[in-house]
Amino acid sequence: MKTYNFPIYILTICAALTFVACGNDDDNVIIQVTCDDGVQNGDEEGVDCGGTACEPCATAIDFSGDYTQEDAMGRPGINTVFNDNDGDKNDFNLALHADRASFAQKFDDRLEFYHDVYAASLGIDPADLDYETNILGLDAPTFAFVLANTDALQVAPNGTTTYFDGVNALTGRTINDDVIDISLTLMFGGTTGTRFDGSDTDGDGMPDTPQLTSDGVDFGDRVVGGFPYLETPNN
Amino acid sequence: MKKMKLFGVVGGVLLASAAFFLTSADHIDAPGVASTSSDIADLYAFEGDNPNNTVLIATVQGPLTPGDVTTNAEFDEDVVIQFNIDNDGDFVEDLVIQAVKRGDSMYVFGPVVPTAVGITGQIETSGPMRSVRISTSDDLQVTTEDGMSIFAGPRRDGFFFDFNRFNAVISGAVAPEGFLPPGEASDFFEDLNVLAVSVEVPNAMLGPAPTHVAVAAGLFPEGALPDAYNVWVTTKRKQ
Repeated sequence: MKTYNFPIYILTICAALTFVACGNDDDNVIIQVTCDDGVQNGDEEGVDCGGTACEPCATAIDFSGDYTQEDAMGRPGINTVFNDNDGDKNDFNLALHADRASFAQKFDDRLEFYHDVYAASLGIDPADLDYETNILGLDAPTFAFVLANTDALQVAPNGTTTYFDGVNALTGRTINDDVIDISLTLMFGGTTGTRFDGSDTDGDGMPDTPQLTSDGVDFGDRVVGGFPYLETPNN
Repeated sequence: MKKMKLFGVVGGVLLASAAFFLTSADHIDAPGVASTSSDIADLYAFEGDNPNNTVLIATVQGPLTPGDVTTNAEFDEDVVIQFNIDNDGDFVEDLVIQAVKRGDSMYVFGPVVPTAVGITGQIETSGPMRSVRISTSDDLQVTTEDGMSIFAGPRRDGFFFDFNRFNAVISGAVAPEGFLPPGEASDFFEDLNVLAVSVEVPNAMLGPAPTHVAVAAGLFPEGALPDAYNVWVTTKRKQ
């Protein structure tokens, strides 16, 4: 690391001739000698770099080189939910966000596959038991398109930010948004959001569908505090 | 066959088919990246306590068990964590915020227009740079400069999901009920940790927000959704 060691006689002269203006440089001289002490002090922006005295961190520290993408994430669960094999999962992480059109049909196929499994086990023609347009009004191809081609969090700078709160949708993701229940509901909840929600529809005290739209857990005893918002680690 | 039993079997089969797919937000999402220092666990983006700010949080290397695993977890100096912000709706990053570890600190560059977009890039050292000492479990370090706050360190995993029940469901052990009702379900992640990078940025630094993509695509009527940035996070490794 480059250091800035000034001749000691400058300090000596400044100290001795206190009635002689040494200008602003005298402050620099004192601070500059800390630029190699291994500690971030003074107005340094990093350890021994930046601020008014030391070499800028961007050049004092090695940030050079090419960096190549290994993982990517927009909305929660997309890769693990809608890609069905290791190759596609890896490819999805390495694909440009603007170049994921090829995944839309795969996602649509996957969505239908889940429902076909359901149909097959019931002895129903898979053509008769498909994904049902969800509570956002998205049919299967459109839902798959949205998931694959726009896999980012939409974040509103002027408005409520939430993944879905019953009123607002797709304007952000808070820490306590129940993204699992939202995702399950969008996939299996149908137009009303209650298609397979384990409800008792005939009043006999027994659920008449499996519970597929909620995993039954919520934010629990977590707390969203001030910055950095996530809690102190569990011990 | 009683309806409940019928649906129960079906539910079990359906969930079995989906055995691997709702295990996480992005934790351990693909074999190429699972359990590496670049594995993204989660992304959050929301309005800050200051309503003029947006908060971006990326978590990586999760889940971490408490104790030595969390204490010894470290950000990788060869991996840059990059928030990507699209200002015009084309899903190409117009601004980036990059976080990379050097020594005991996290250096955060941006928001800055990247010199290169896409899969390969560089650390944008021409942009504004701020740094923060990496926190430990009992030593919170935050830097706030020019209205922008940054943090890096271990945190409790904010993701919640009944993963054990899910495994029991897919094994058939708990058919026909499916997921448990509230109060009986158990959150697999509640005692686990992650490494987190939190950045709170004045919206004025993030540029304009485009028409919400769902409106632009004609899926929702004009005015139904507010203008919104498109935000995603990537991890990139030094070559």
